[in-house]
Amino acid sequence: MQRRSFIIGSVAVAGGVLIGGVRLLRPLDNPLDDILSDGEVALTPYVIIDGGGVSVITPRAEMGQGIHSTLAALVAEELDMELGDLRVIPGPPSSVYANEVLYPPTTSRREILRERLNALRGSPDRTPQLTGGQTSIRDGYVKMRKAGAAARSMLVEAAARERGVSAALLRTQGGAVIFPDGSSIPYTRLAAGAAKIAPPEDPPLKPRDQWTVLGKSQPRVDMVGKCTGTAHYAIDTRLPGMLYGIVRRNPRLGGSLRGFDATAARQMTGVHDVIALENGIIVVASNTWFAMQAAREVEVEWGPAPYPDSSAEHRAALVDAIRDGSGRRWRDDGDVDRALADVAVIEGSYHVPYLAHATMEPLNAVAWLRDDQLDIWAGNQNPTSTQYVGAQLTGLPLEAVRVHTTYMGGGFGRRLEMDFVASAVRAARAIPGLPILVTWPREEDVTHDAYRPLASAAFRASISDGRPTALDLTVCSPGLQESGRHRSELDFDRADRRQVWTFSGAMGAFDQPYRIPNYRVTTANAPRLLPVGFWRSVGESQNVFFTESILDELAHVDGVDPLAMRLSLLDHAPSRAVLEAVAEMSDWGGDLPAGSARGLAYARSSDAATAQVLQVTLVDGKIRIDRSCAVVDVGVALDPRNIEAQVMSSAIWGLCAATHGEITISDGSVDQSNFHDYLVMRMRQAPKVDVRIHESGGAIYGVGESATATAAPALGNAIFALTGRRIRELPFRNSIPFV
Amino acid sequence: MATDRSSPVELRINGSAHEVDVDARLPLLWVLRDELGLTGTKYGCGIGQCGACTVLMNGEPVRSCQVPLSAVTGEITTIEGLGSPDALHPVQASWIEHQVAQCGYCQSGQIVSACALIAMHPSPTDADIDAAMSGVLCRCGSYGRIRAAIKTAAARLNAAMTTADR
Repeated sequence: MQRRSFIIGSVAVAGGVLIGGVRLLRPLDNPLDDILSDGEVALTPYVIIDGGGVSVITPRAEMGQGIHSTLAALVAEELDMELGDLRVIPGPPSSVYANEVLYPPTTSRREILRERLNALRGSPDRTPQLTGGQTSIRDGYVKMRKAGAAARSMLVEAAARERGVSAALLRTQGGAVIFPDGSSIPYTRLAAGAAKIAPPEDPPLKPRDQWTVLGKSQPRVDMVGKCTGTAHYAIDTRLPGMLYGIVRRNPRLGGSLRGFDATAARQMTGVHDVIALENGIIVVASNTWFAMQAAREVEVEWGPAPYPDSSAEHRAALVDAIRDGSGRRWRDDGDVDRALADVAVIEGSYHVPYLAHATMEPLNAVAWLRDDQLDIWAGNQNPTSTQYVGAQLTGLPLEAVRVHTTYMGGGFGRRLEMDFVASAVRAARAIPGLPILVTWPREEDVTHDAYRPLASAAFRASISDGRPTALDLTVCSPGLQESGRHRSELDFDRADRRQVWTFSGAMGAFDQPYRIPNYRVTTANAPRLLPVGFWRSVGESQNVFFTESILDELAHVDGVDPLAMRLSLLDHAPSRAVLEAVAEMSDWGGDLPAGSARGLAYARSSDAATAQVLQVTLVDGKIRIDRSCAVVDVGVALDPRNIEAQVMSSAIWGLCAATHGEITISDGSVDQSNFHDYLVMRMRQAPKVDVRIHESGGAIYGVGESATATAAPALGNAIFALTGRRIRELPFRNSIPFV
Repeated sequence: MATDRSSPVELRINGSAHEVDVDARLPLLWVLRDELGLTGTKYGCGIGQCGACTVLMNGEPVRSCQVPLSAVTGEITTIEGLGSPDALHPVQASWIEHQVAQCGYCQSGQIVSACALIAMHPSPTDADIDAAMSGVLCRCGSYGRIRAAIKTAAARLNAAMTTADR
């Protein structure tokens, strides 16, 4: 983050005032301190006012989801300012910016969530500033408004003191305090006075019917930069004397580098250095392409893979685990065994492959080690972990590591991992004094991901009189935390003391509100295989496919309408509402042209009710996806146009995986390497996505993953309706062609 | 790999002359990004599959990762050359009106490709858009808004053209 000329901060929280139920900073703890010059003051982590205007510190990172804009809009609303009049600064690493939805203090459910991501938290003693899991708005909805309201209150009080009038007579508008006579003082001139005023402990928030910014679609603060090539991604960082590095590692993930000969590579154009890693090399050159060419010419000897060599063996490991029967029971309603004893049982198994993230911006980071200080520029979903990695690898104290969180060219969970930060820091450590941009070529990105795990499911079920009577579901996928601990070279001491968690693998499977009288969900213990990690919608991405496909099977066996059947199992009002809305939107049950069909899926995704109907058509023997109708309960809609964008995005993301997405392994190496063989949906294949926003009005929900989980089952159910073929494995294109 | 250093070459980029003295095999993408600091053009795949690096060469869209310096001729236009935040190109303005970008990383390639499409098909059909734009990947699934923004931009450019003709 560049040094800024702060005159003053607002929302003073000296002494640790409780604002919004959150204990904020004492001045000594202020994470902004190290970016201030002498005489500059910032008393709050969220709102800064200087001579040029008002800035909002956003505690979450922008990876495309529009969160900078919506978090800033929460502050703008309470400050009576337009969003466009605020500047937005991503928060530096600090536990002050902790994600308190993922890392709350107590309760068992929350304890599970805490454990779910514990292995990624980096420093054991600091609460992570994690962006992900649809939590940013849930975390910031009250917090950011309180920050804005407190700042406004202090500015008004400062104006009242300056003119010797009662604060009650003053109002605020357009970044200024307005007096009864119509005169005004801009916030920028009141900041110095406001700094001397004690902050309100619990400032009142504007009632919703007085909102003028929230609830309305706002132009995103990052839009102009992203449409003019001027937005700064980490890969665009350019510094004086900068060198460019390329990573090349053992294609058998986690396998060692036994030896290498870089004699020829070192003679090549522009090559500066070849750095050895435990499991690969970094070639550093005067530009990225020279480094890429030289990296190919390094002779290497790689060690073997620490997992079975083929996809078939990985899949067999899951099937064996399910057959073995040991695992954790997440739900056990009624008596499944008795219910399935003397009835016609429908049974089967499902399977999904590993998936890569393949963010558009290849993984990269810049690191610069000089004078006992490390600077890191990285598009990252966790600045506290980024800082911790920098400190661990250089031996510097945390405060000597500055993290500059840039825009991300896509995150989707991939930039929670710290491997790409570590590569840059290792290069900087080898070549101190010069800034180095270390890029993973696309081929390294696709072959060295922390993949969405492959997963299998086995089920037995029955249905009678249009209602499922029993469902016994066992799912199995390698654990994310288990994988994260083992591939990390960092100190996850505290995480190691915890047992193996399986929550990520159970998400979406056990927590659906269907009232099936005999209902058992088990996660079978999978072995550790390929490295796996968090992928947009996490366990829901496979488990909702399993559950919603199985329910569709039951409906068709019994000849009951899949929508009516789901409604008969749900009394959760928002769930019923989204299903009824999606039925209306999609004309569910209405006539279709010959050769077309619809499929439905529903999920509670991160607590929010979501539903999707896909319409497909058979064109020359191939499936064309014509249209998606998606309905999501957001609780309270803060920015409808951005919500719509996220729903569209999450639907297309899910459909990319459902139709084409697949990572396979041969000889211990990932077979796919770039966009020619790791296929994602293109313009001509992508359906129109129509979105309807449901506001249940209570809690607020995130939307970043909202239509991902339902995409695959809605598609599979539509394909069944169209062709009579029940495809129980993804990607569908292995079974049926797409246009 | 032997060096293949040629004498300095002069490139015409966004209306300005740039002298470059580097291996002639270096792809235009890396000349722009690493040698000249024009980082608006993005690296996505390096094999001409994703379109993030699309620039115009004499008005034609090319994948700059596939064009060695030795093959560069005439005028190069990058995203920076279309317009700036203070002086937007009509296609950029339409992109902003439709709030197309999410992560935004592919959008330079999308916008440059859209400009070339509209130049060739002033009133592009959905099929024209599919044909011209399917080579540019978007992982955020912004395709629906890209399509809408292209239609708005094309209509507006046509209206401006019609007005100018009068």
